[in-house]
Amino acid sequence: MDFQKSYKYMLKTIKGFASILPIMLGIIFLIGLVKEFITFKSIATLFGNNLITDVLFGSVAGSILAGNALNSYVIGGELLDSGVSLFAITAFLVSWVTVGIVQLPAESAILGKKFALWRNVISFILTLIVAVFVVIIMGVVS
Amino acid sequence: MKKKKSKNGYYFAITVAIIYIIVLIINPRKTGNAFLYSLGIFKKIIPVLIIILIFMWLLKFIPRKKVKKYIGSGSGLKGWLIVALAGMLSHGPIYVWYPLLKELREKGMNNGMAATFLYCRAVKIPLLPMMIAYFGGSFTLILTLAMVVASLLEGIIIQRVLS
Repeated sequence: MDFQKSYKYMLKTIKGFASILPIMLGIIFLIGLVKEFITFKSIATLFGNNLITDVLFGSVAGSILAGNALNSYVIGGELLDSGVSLFAITAFLVSWVTVGIVQLPAESAILGKKFALWRNVISFILTLIVAVFVVIIMGVVS
Repeated sequence: MKKKKSKNGYYFAITVAIIYIIVLIINPRKTGNAFLYSLGIFKKIIPVLIIILIFMWLLKFIPRKKVKKYIGSGSGLKGWLIVALAGMLSHGPIYVWYPLLKELREKGMNNGMAATFLYCRAVKIPLLPMMIAYFGGSFTLILTLAMVVASLLEGIIIQRVLS
């Protein structure tokens, strides 16, 4: 391996990475705020009205919240126990991992505004389709 | 253009810092917790960041033709399977993967495959047992399969829309 070339590439990589570090740090610290100020309890109070608003809240809440997917299982599990429909919970679980409102500034800065917007919009629509599909199949299976 | 983009990053970081200052005045305890939580995330993702940096560095040695062959527009089913599998196996938060995807795209990866990779990150293999514990085996299986299909659908749509 050419040492000089490797060194040049390494410097280029680090330089490129350093340029996106501010936005990445911004996202990480924003996630902390969202996590601390939007509590499990405040999410739970949004649910329990009717199916359509539940599904809507589920997918919107999942889109805004970010972090370890395990947290979405815990919240989803609690919602399920309190009688919220599986449809809304599935939408919540799927949008948590596929739609990222908090990460959107980083995604559009690094991967392009058009790509980021389209990807999130299509993911949001697919969340609803996946939720309908899963609940219907679950109904058939059980 | 590039210069403007990198400046946007600083503006964004400054905006977040200003938000912190405002909420610090409103609720110092929660803001402190948020700061510590974020610091924890940062510490946790350092190993992933290092791995991605190494990937990005190694990628510079791979010719564009090779990248295009495996995950470019003409790679066909093989390309979709590679990105879907890579998405499922990738660790850490989604945003740490953006820079590597950017480099891959510059080397010929198509937009749709980048989207499929990001969507497939929704399938968390290490967390599957937890999902089964919370929601049952059949729900987990159906949801996982549905998300894999959705990831391919999303990739195809994005590719159509952005090309």
